Amino acid sequence: MQLFEVKEILEAELLWEPADLQLEIEMAEAADLMSDVLNRRLGGDLLITGLINSQVIRTAEVADIKAIAFVRGKKPDREAISLAMSKGIPLLTTQLLMYEACARLAMKGLTGSSGTI
Amino acid sequence: MEKKELMWDYEIEGKDFRNAGRVSSKVKDILKELGFDPDFVRRVAIASYEAEMNVVCHADKGTLHFAILPQALQIVVKDRGPGIPDIELAMQEGYSTAPPEIREMGFGAGMGLSNMKKNADELHIVSTVGQGTVVEMVMRSPRSRQGSA
Repeated sequence: MQLFEVKEILEAELLWEPADLQLEIEMAEAADLMSDVLNRRLGGDLLITGLINSQVIRTAEVADIKAIAFVRGKKPDREAISLAMSKGIPLLTTQLLMYEACARLAMKGLTGSSGTI
Repeated sequence: MEKKELMWDYEIEGKDFRNAGRVSSKVKDILKELGFDPDFVRRVAIASYEAEMNVVCHADKGTLHFAILPQALQIVVKDRGPGIPDIELAMQEGYSTAPPEIREMGFGAGMGLSNMKKNADELHIVSTVGQGTVVEMVMRSPRSRQGSA
């Protein structure tokens, strides 16, 4: 699945442009606890989260996460968005709740980072 | 051929949440630039980031020393802070003394030390209550892509 498809499925808004909408997203994970994101062997390409501070961007960078989707219409501050831009990490924001966002993507075939769906 | 040892030293400010992670980002950039295996780079970056966050969250200030040795990579994080009274207890997943502001940032759930242990080949912790903590991590490196002798 490519990032533009994720954007459509989540009816999301892109928080900085021009992010690469052709970016390939093969696996996703959802977490609000950044240490959980860091505590895994498999990489997830997309992080779905309700947390919007700059540590989310840093965590994504460190853990090789390609893109982040914020749920419940949340948006990080300008500084966090600038950090994401400088690291080339596209940011999406969707009005959907976390469970709904995950379910929509799973129903469209996006797998989880542990490979169980 | 002359053997060159590569090392870097960075300072970490306690409670400076805006810049937390900056040092580990630099460590990652250096390793990427030197052509190390991406999975290895991620392991190092994660371990470094957790150690850096511990300094930011708990200590007054600290340093991160990072060295590429012939057979391995070494990270030493020293801080001036409260120290860890019971290291064995602190190593248990879920044990945390982090205040709410740190939990709000998605950390402080007692995963930091175990994440470091998981990603490092060796983890040594020496701590003196009321003075500070020294965390040393060693990661045995796969050869860099560019290859050295």
